[in-house]
Amino acid sequence: MALIRTSSPHLHKASSTSDVMRLVVLATLPGLAAMTFFFGWGTLINVIWACLLAVGFEASIVKLRKRPLGFYLKDYSALVTALLLGLALPPFAPWWITLVGVFVAIVIAKHLYGGLGQNPFNPAMVAYALLLVSFPLQMTTWNAPFVMINGGESWNVLGFSDTLLLIFGGIEPPLFDSLTSATPLDVMRHRGGLTTEEVWSAIPVLAEGIGAWHAVSAAYFMGGVFLIYRKVFTIHTPLAILATLAIISSLFYALDPYQYADPFFHLTTGATMLGAFFIATDPVTSATSNRGKIVFGIGIGVLIFVIRGWGGYPDAVAFAVLLMNLSAPFIDQYTQPRSYGHAKANRGMKGGM
Amino acid sequence: MSTQFSFHGGVHPPENKHRSTGLAIQTAPIPEQLVVPLSQHIGAPSEVVVSVGDYVLKGQVIAEAAGRISVNVHAPSSGQIVAIEKHEVPHISGMQAPCIIIKTDGKDEWIEHAGLDDYKAIPKQELIDFIRHHGISGMGGAGFPTDVKLHLGDDHIVNTLVLNAMECEPYITADDMLLREHSENVIKGIEVIAHLLQPSHVMIGIEDNKPQAIRALELAAKATNLNLDIVVVPTVYPSGGEKQLIKLLTGVEVPSGRIPADVGIVCQNVGTAAAIYDAVFDGVPLISRIVTLTGEALARPHNMRALIGTPLETLLNTAGVNQSILYRLVVGGPMMGFTVDSQAIPMIKTTNCVIAATYNEMPPAPPANPCIRCGMCEQVCPAELLPQQLHWFAKGKEFEKAKHHNLFDCIECGACSYVCPSNIPLVQYYRFAKAEIRAEEAEQRKSDHARIRFEARQARLEQEKADKEARRKQRAADAAKAQAVKKDKDEAKAAVSASTSAEPDLKALKTAAAVARTKLKKAQKALQNAEEKGLDGQEKLRVTVTELEAKAQAAQEAFDQPQTNKTDTPSLDIKQLKTNAAVARTKLKQAEKALAKAEESGEGDLIELRSKLDAQKVKTEAAQAAFDQAESGGEISDAIPQAKLDEMKADAESAFAKVEKARSALEAVIESGSPAAEKMKAGVEKLQAKYSALKAEYEKALAGNSAAESKSSLSPAEIDALKQDVEALKAKVDKAQAALEAAIASDSPAVEKMKAGVEKLKSKYQAAKSEYDSAVPVPVPVPVPVPVPVPVGVSHHGVDLDDLKSDMDAMLTKVSKAKRALATAEASQSPAVEKMKAGVDKLQSKYDDLKSEYLNAGGKVAEPEVVDPKALKQDVSIMRTKLKKAQTLLDTAESDASLPENELDVLKTEVERLTQLHHEAKEKLDAHDKVLIDKAAAEGIDLKKLKIDAAMARAAVTKAERAATKAREAQTEDLSDIEQELVIAQQKAEKINQTLSRFSD
Repeated sequence: MALIRTSSPHLHKASSTSDVMRLVVLATLPGLAAMTFFFGWGTLINVIWACLLAVGFEASIVKLRKRPLGFYLKDYSALVTALLLGLALPPFAPWWITLVGVFVAIVIAKHLYGGLGQNPFNPAMVAYALLLVSFPLQMTTWNAPFVMINGGESWNVLGFSDTLLLIFGGIEPPLFDSLTSATPLDVMRHRGGLTTEEVWSAIPVLAEGIGAWHAVSAAYFMGGVFLIYRKVFTIHTPLAILATLAIISSLFYALDPYQYADPFFHLTTGATMLGAFFIATDPVTSATSNRGKIVFGIGIGVLIFVIRGWGGYPDAVAFAVLLMNLSAPFIDQYTQPRSYGHAKANRGMKGGM
Repeated sequence: MSTQFSFHGGVHPPENKHRSTGLAIQTAPIPEQLVVPLSQHIGAPSEVVVSVGDYVLKGQVIAEAAGRISVNVHAPSSGQIVAIEKHEVPHISGMQAPCIIIKTDGKDEWIEHAGLDDYKAIPKQELIDFIRHHGISGMGGAGFPTDVKLHLGDDHIVNTLVLNAMECEPYITADDMLLREHSENVIKGIEVIAHLLQPSHVMIGIEDNKPQAIRALELAAKATNLNLDIVVVPTVYPSGGEKQLIKLLTGVEVPSGRIPADVGIVCQNVGTAAAIYDAVFDGVPLISRIVTLTGEALARPHNMRALIGTPLETLLNTAGVNQSILYRLVVGGPMMGFTVDSQAIPMIKTTNCVIAATYNEMPPAPPANPCIRCGMCEQVCPAELLPQQLHWFAKGKEFEKAKHHNLFDCIECGACSYVCPSNIPLVQYYRFAKAEIRAEEAEQRKSDHARIRFEARQARLEQEKADKEARRKQRAADAAKAQAVKKDKDEAKAAVSASTSAEPDLKALKTAAAVARTKLKKAQKALQNAEEKGLDGQEKLRVTVTELEAKAQAAQEAFDQPQTNKTDTPSLDIKQLKTNAAVARTKLKQAEKALAKAEESGEGDLIELRSKLDAQKVKTEAAQAAFDQAESGGEISDAIPQAKLDEMKADAESAFAKVEKARSALEAVIESGSPAAEKMKAGVEKLQAKYSALKAEYEKALAGNSAAESKSSLSPAEIDALKQDVEALKAKVDKAQAALEAAIASDSPAVEKMKAGVEKLKSKYQAAKSEYDSAVPVPVPVPVPVPVPVPVGVSHHGVDLDDLKSDMDAMLTKVSKAKRALATAEASQSPAVEKMKAGVDKLQSKYDDLKSEYLNAGGKVAEPEVVDPKALKQDVSIMRTKLKKAQTLLDTAESDASLPENELDVLKTEVERLTQLHHEAKEKLDAHDKVLIDKAAAEGIDLKKLKIDAAMARAAVTKAERAATKAREAQTEDLSDIEQELVIAQQKAEKINQTLSRFSD
C-alpha cells in the first residue's frame, strides 16, 4: 500500500460543522416544545414548513452556484437558520410570511453574500427584520397562551388540522380573534398612562399569561446552557447580553419603578433568551475573539433596552443583533487578544484597506 | 508538587500511549546498512572526514562539526563506508540530503572511548567541548546543538533549568520509558548541565499520565544535592512546547522573538540529559537513541534503543509491521510529526517516534467546509492567537494583517486544526503565509540592496565624471602655467639649461603626490564603508587613513615646494586657490548630500548638519571668490559677476538635484501606493518651480553677460554651459523615459501623466539642443586671430574626438542599462518587453553609429600633421577670454552710469593691458609655431614618432586608469597589480612627454 504524504496534524477531533449545527437544533427542542405547549401547533408547523423551504431554497441556490449539493446540504446550516426564523415568527403567521422570510434568509442574506461563513448579517434576523417592516400586522399578531383561553382549565389550544388550515388556508376561522392577544412587551409599551404596577394587575396577558413566556424563556435558557456545556459557543456573548440588559433595566427600574419594567421582565419576555443564546451567538456574524464577543454582547444588551424602551417596535432583538453584526468587523480590529510573549495586544488593522 | 500556573488553550487528543509501554526497552538489531545523514540537527551540516572504502569503528567520528552551530557525527557501528551520497532523509519536505552509508560488519567493534573521571575537575569550556565532540544535539525534536545551550551561562544569568519530560504528544513514550528505566542516568546528566549553567533552581516538568516515570524520577532525585523539583502537571497538549512548559512551570512568558535564556531559563529535554550522561560518564557519543515504534499496523508496538541511521524498515519489521494495512507512516508525534513515503529513510538523532498507522487510525482529512468563525481554534490556541482570523488573512493573502495578528508567534502545534469542525488544514495555511512572508521579505531585502548599490554606482559615476572634468581643467591650467614658465625663461634667455634638470623632479613629485592622494581617497572610502557597515578593523583603517593623509600632505608639500621656487608666486597662488575652491565645493556637496540623507532618514542631528552646510557654503563662496579674484589678475570688479554667476548656477544645480531627488522619491512612493503621493507631488512641483525660477535667473544673467559681450555672441564657456544643459536635459529625458517604461511595466496609474512629462522634457531637450547647435558653429570662426590654421583644426578635431568618445561611452552605458532593464522585464514577463526590445535595438544601432564615427575620426589622429602648439594656443585663448571678459565688464560699466569715473578708468587700463598681453601671447605663439615647424622640418621624423609614442603612452594610461576603476568597482583581487601598472604607465607617459617637451623647446 502506498504511503500517503500529508501535513500535520494527523489527528482530528471527531467533530464537524454539521455536528455543531445538529447540537444547535437539538438545543432548540425544549424551546420548541414549550412554544407548542403554550401557544399551540402553529410554531411547530411554521418550523417544519420553514425547514422544508430552507432545504429547497438551499438546494436550488447551491445548484445554481454550481456547488456540490450534498456537501453543502449536509452542513445543516440552512436548517438552523430556518428553525430560528420559525421560532421567532408568530405561531399563526400565514404560510407566505414564512416563505418570504426563508427566501430572504437563505437566498439573499446568505448565498448572495457568498454562502456559509461569508454573510455579514444573521440571515434569520435579516428575514425577521424585513418581515417586521413589511408586514407589521401579521408579524405583531401573537396568539394567547392556552392558560388564558377558557380560564386555562385544560390544554385547549387550536387543533393541529385547524392550525394547518389557519396557516395555509388564509381564511380566518371565527375562533381566531379569541385566540390572539397582545404580547407582554406590547402591553408594557402601549399601556396608556398606567404605572407598571397597574399594568401588571390590569392586563390579563401579564396577570394571567406571563407564566407562558417565562416557561418558554426558561426552555431556551436550558438549551443555551446545554450548548455552552457542549462548547458549541462560549459563555461570553450570552452572558454579556443578559448581564447588560439586567444591569441597565435594574438601573432604570431603580430610578423609576412606576415607568420601567423590572429586569426579570426584560430577561424573560420577548426574544431575549432566544436572541442571547441562539441568535447573537451565530459565530459567522458576531465578533470573533472572546473580548470581542463581550463587547458585541454588551452592545446588543444596550440596544435591546434602548429599542424596547424608546423605539417603535415591540421587540428589539433582531434590530439589536443586526446593528451589532454591522459593527463586528470593527470590534474585531480592536479586541485582539494579547498573544503569548507579547506585552500588550495589538490594536487596529495594519496593511490593506 | 503541583503547578499553580497554566497556559491558554490546549487540546486532549486520545493519548494511545499505553500501547507501546507494555514491553521494556528492547535493543534494535544492527541493520546491514546504516544511512547516517550529515545534518541531523539545526545548523550547518557536518563535514565528512572519512572517505568511501574506509573501515570505521563504532563511535568513530565520521563527520565533524562545521561552524559554531553544528555537531559531530559518529559511526553508529563498525563497518565499511560504501558510499557518501544523497539519500532520502527524514524531513518534512521529503528531500534527499548527503548521507554516509556504512555497510556494517556485525562485529559492532568499539573505538577506544572513555568517560571523564571527574567532570567537575576540568574547566567548563573543556567539558562543553567534550559534550560537543560527542555529537549531542537536542533529543526532543528540533535537534539544537546542546553545547550551544550549555554556553548560555556565559552571557545570560540562568536562574532556572527546566527539564522537559512532558512528552505531550500522543503515542510517544520514549521519554516515559527512558525515565522508568534510567532515571538515575537522567538525574546525573542533569547534574552535569547544572554544573555548567549553575542555576539556582532545577525543575523537571512531567505530565500526570506517566505515574511510573514520576515514581522512578522521585526515587532517583533523592540521590542528588540539586535544588530540584519534579513538577507534575495535568496532561494537555501542547504542554511540552518549550514556551508553554516554561509558562506552566514558572508563570513566566518568554517574550516574542526572544529565547528562554533572556528570562533566565534554559530548557533541556530529559533525553538530552541522558545522552550527556552517556557521553560524560561512559564516553559514548550520540550514536543511538530510544525510539517508540507504535501504531495499529504493528503487531508488537514498543520502545527500542536503535542505532542512528537504522532504516525505518528494520525498525518496523522488528516491531512486526503488517505492510498490507499500513496506510500512513508518521515520524514524530501525530500532532507535529511528518509523514514519510519511504521505509528506506533512516532514523536520526531527533527521531523519537515512528507511527505506523492504518487507514482507520488516521484517515485522510475530510474536505474542508467553509470557516464559520466558530472560534474553537481560538479557545485552544496555546499562543493566544486568533487562528480563525489568521486563516482568513492567509487565504486572502493579506500578509500584513496576518503579521499584525502575530502570525509568527504560531508554534504550528496543530491544536487549531485538530479542533476545527470545518476540517480546515489551518497549520498548512499558516506555513504557507509564513513562507510567503519570508520570501517577500527576502525579495524586499534583495531589491533594497540592489537599489542602494545602484544609487551608490550612480553617485560614483557622477563623481568620476566631475573628477575627470576637474582633471581636464587642471591639465589645461598646468599646461598653461608650464608654458608661462617657459615663456619667462625665454624672455630671460639666461640659465636655460639649469631649469631642464629640475623639471623631471617636479613631475615625479607630482605623480607621487597624485598617487598618494589616490591611495588616501581609497583608504577613506574603505573606512567610510567600514563605518557604515560597522565592520571590524575600523581602527586599523583609521590609522591607515591618517598615515596616508600625512603622506599625501608630505608629497603635496614636496611637490609644491620646488614649484614655489621655480614658478612665480601668483600663478601658484591661483592653482592653490583653485584647488582650495574645488575642495571646498566637494566638501559642500558632501555636506549637502549628508544633510539630504539625514533628512530622508530622519536620523542624526539635522541642525548641526545644516549649520555645517551653511558654514561650508560660506567657505566655498569665499574660496571661489578668492580663486576668481586671483585668476582675473586681482580684478575684484571682474571677479564678482563671475562669482555671482557661479553661485547662481550652483543654486540652480542644487535646486535641480533637489527636484530630481524629490521626483525619484515621488516615483517610489507612487509605486508603493502610499497615500502621501499627492502631497509629495505638490512638493515636487514646488521644487520644480523653484528650480525653473533659479534656472531662468541664471540664464538671464548668462544671457546678459553674453549680450554685453562685444564681439562673438557666445563664449566657449557659455557653449560649454549650453552643452551641459543639453546633456543634462538629455539625461533627464532618458531617465524619464526609463521611469515611464518601468511604470508601464508595472501598470502604474501615473503612466499617462508621466508620458506627458516625458514629452515635455523631450521638447525642452530639442530646444536646448537646437540652441546649442546654433551656438556651436560660432566658435569655429572665433579662432580667427590664431595665425596657424592647422593646429586649430587639429585641436578642434581632438575635441570632436573626445566628444565622440564620451558620447560613445555614454551610449554604451545606455545600451547596457537598457539591456539590463530588458532582462528584468523579461524575467517579470512584463507586457512592455517588445517595446523595450525595440528601444534596445535602436540604442544599439545608435551606439554602433557612434562607434564607427569615432573610429573614422580616430583614424585621423595618427596623421602626420600633428604638431603641438597647444599650450601656446591655450595661452592665447586664455588671454582672449580674459580680454573679452574685461571688455564686457567695461562695456557694462560704461553703460552703467552709476559707476564712478575712476573705476571705469581702471577697467579701461586693464582692458588695454590685456589687449597688450593677448597680442604678445599671439605673437609668441606665431613665433613658436614657426620655430616648431622649422624644427619639424629639421628632425621631422623623430618628432612625429615621439608624438605618436606620447599619444600611445597617454592611451595606455587611460586604459590602465579605466582598468583600475573597473577593478575597484568589481573589487577584484588584482586591484593592486592594476594600480601598479597604472603608475608604470603614467611614469612612461611622463618620460616621453619630457623628451617631447625638450625637443619641442
